[in-house]
Amino acid sequence: MTFSKTPLFSRSEIIGFAVLAVLIFLILPTFLGTFRLNLFGKYLTYAFVAVGLALCWGAGGILSLGQGVFFGLGGYCMAMFLKLEASTPENTSIQSTPGIPDFMDWNQLTELPAWWIPFHSLTFSLIAVVLVPVTFAFFIGVAMFRRRVGGVYFAIITQAFAAILTILIIGQQGYTGGVNGITDLRTLNGWNIRTGEAKEILYYVNGVLLFAVLFVAHFVRKSKLGRILIAMRDQEDRVRFSGYDVASFKIFIFCLGAAFAGIGGAMFTLQVGFMSPTLVGIVPSIEMVIFCAVGGRLSILGAVYGALLVNWAKTSFSESFPELWLFGLGGLFIAVVMLFPNGLAGIWTEQIMPRLSKLWTARARRAPQTHNASTEKRGAV
Amino acid sequence: MTFQERYLLKVEGLTVSFDGFKAVDDLSFYIEPNECRVIIGPNGAGKTTVLDLICGRTRATDGSVTFRDNELLKMREDQIVHAGVGRKFQTPSVYEDLTVFENLEISYPSGYSVFGALAFRRNENVQQRINEIAETIFLEDMLSEKAAFLSHGQKQWLEIGMLLIQDPELLMLDEPVAGMSVAERKKTAELLKRIIQDRSVIVIEHDMGFVEDIATRVNVLHQGKMLSEGSMAHVKADPKVIEVYLGH
Repeated sequence: MTFSKTPLFSRSEIIGFAVLAVLIFLILPTFLGTFRLNLFGKYLTYAFVAVGLALCWGAGGILSLGQGVFFGLGGYCMAMFLKLEASTPENTSIQSTPGIPDFMDWNQLTELPAWWIPFHSLTFSLIAVVLVPVTFAFFIGVAMFRRRVGGVYFAIITQAFAAILTILIIGQQGYTGGVNGITDLRTLNGWNIRTGEAKEILYYVNGVLLFAVLFVAHFVRKSKLGRILIAMRDQEDRVRFSGYDVASFKIFIFCLGAAFAGIGGAMFTLQVGFMSPTLVGIVPSIEMVIFCAVGGRLSILGAVYGALLVNWAKTSFSESFPELWLFGLGGLFIAVVMLFPNGLAGIWTEQIMPRLSKLWTARARRAPQTHNASTEKRGAV
Repeated sequence: MTFQERYLLKVEGLTVSFDGFKAVDDLSFYIEPNECRVIIGPNGAGKTTVLDLICGRTRATDGSVTFRDNELLKMREDQIVHAGVGRKFQTPSVYEDLTVFENLEISYPSGYSVFGALAFRRNENVQQRINEIAETIFLEDMLSEKAAFLSHGQKQWLEIGMLLIQDPELLMLDEPVAGMSVAERKKTAELLKRIIQDRSVIVIEHDMGFVEDIATRVNVLHQGKMLSEGSMAHVKADPKVIEVYLGH
C-alpha cells in the first residue's frame, strides 16, 4: 500500500468543481435575465460566508453565529469607498456641507470624520475589505480561544457581537448611515455599477472570486492543517498533547472564515448597491449558518449549493407568502438537522453516489472485463 | 554522575488542591533514564492527577517538576510535549473521523505551527516512519481504515503508536491494558515491554501480574501521598501497602 500519491484533487473533486463552474459560468447566465442573474449573484455572495463556515464549523467544530459581522465589515468598507466617490461636491451641492456623504449632512456633521478619509483610496478600501474583518476576528479569536472558550459559549458570544455591531451602526447614524445603511452608490473608479452590463460583469467577477476562495478552502482542507482541524473537533486534548498549540489553529481558521465573509460582503455591496445593518445582525448571521447546514457543513461545494438553494427558496417563498418565510426557514433547519445531518452533500455522497456507482459496476460487469472491484471501491469513497 | 544527570524527571513537593481538597499532597519522586516506574494505589489516590500535573493538563498549586533542565509547571502543554514528554490517556483518544495513517501522521513530529501544517507534505521519511510504527502496533494492515472502525484494543495501540512516533524521552501511560481482552492484553504487554526499553516510562496500572512483569520501581499512592516506594518485592512486603491496597 502506498500513500505517496496524494493529489490535491481527486477525480470526483475535479468533477464537483467542474459541475459548479458550469452552473455558475454557463447555465445561470444563459437561462437568467439580468435581474435574476443579479439576484443569484447576491446569493453567491452568501456562499463566501458559507464556505468559511464549512471550514470553521464543519471541519473545526467552531460554530460562529456572528459571521454577519465580518460580512458586514467587508461590505461597509466597500460601501464607504463607493459612497465617498458618489459624494463629489458637484453631486452634493445642495447640501449645507457639500462633498460629504448625504447622511452625514442630515446629521449635522460638517466635516468628514478622520477614519473615513483613507477610504478615498480604492487600494486601501480593497485591502480593508479583507483586513478589517480579519483583524476583528483575530482579536475575538485571541480573547476567546486563548482562554479556551469554545462550543456553545463561543457561539453565544459571537452572536452578542452581531447584536452589538448592529446597535452600534444604528446608533451612530451620522457616521454609519444608521438603520438605512449606506445607499445611493453609483460608480467604482468612474465605472457605473448600476447598468445591466456592469451587473453582469460583477456577477462574473463574483464567480471568479468565489472559485478563488473555494480553491483556498480546498487547499486548506487537503493540507495537514485540514486534518488537524478535524482531529481538534473530535479530540481537542489529544491534539494539544500531541504538541500543537490548539488556540492558534482555531484563530487561524476563524480569521480565514472572516476574510472570506469580508470578500462576500464587498461583492454584495457592489452587486446590490447598498449596505445596511440588516445584513449584519443576529438573524442574517443565523441564516448564514443555515445555508452551510443545508448544503452540508462538511463540504465546501455543498455550502455553495446551500446558499444558492436556501436564498432562491427565500426569494420565491417570500414573494408569495412573506410572513411565512421565517417559519419555513426554521422548519428547514430542524428538518436538515434531524433527517440529513450532512445536508445536501451528505445526500449526494451517502445516497446518490453509491447508487450511481452500483449502476456503473453493474454495467461494467456485463462487459467481460474483471476490473469491477476496483471501480466499486473508488466509487464508495 | 551528578544529581542533575542522574535523574530525567524530578518531582518535588508537588501539591494540587481543588477547593481545599488536596488531591496530590507534597509528593516527591525521581525518575532515572530508561526506568519503568509503575504507580499503583486505590481509586481516588491521585494517580491520574499526578500525570495530569506533569503534562500540564492540571495546574499545580505548589511544588516543582523538572524534566532535564525544564521547569514543566511553567510551560504550556504543547511545549511540554516538545520538551520530550508524551502522555496517553486512560480512555483511548484517537481521531475517529481520520484514517489510522492520518492519525499517526498528525503526531509525526513536524509542521507544528499553523503555516508549517499548511506546508507539510507526505514525503518518503514520513511514510517510512508511519509504516514502521504501524507494524510495531500491529496495525500495518489497517492504515487506510477509519479509526472509528477499530476495536477498543486497537484504538489503545493506535494511541500508543501516536506517542511512539514522537519518540518521547518520557512516556506516561494511564492504564494501557484496561478493558482489553486476554489476547489483546498479552499482545499489549509484549508491545509495552518492547517500547519501554530505550526511554523512561511512567505507567499507572492495576493488573499486578503485569506490574511485576515490567516495573523497575513501584510507587504506591494513597490519598494523594506517597505510601511506599521501592522494588515490587519491597512494596509487596510493606505492611502499610498491604493494609490499604493489596489486602491481607
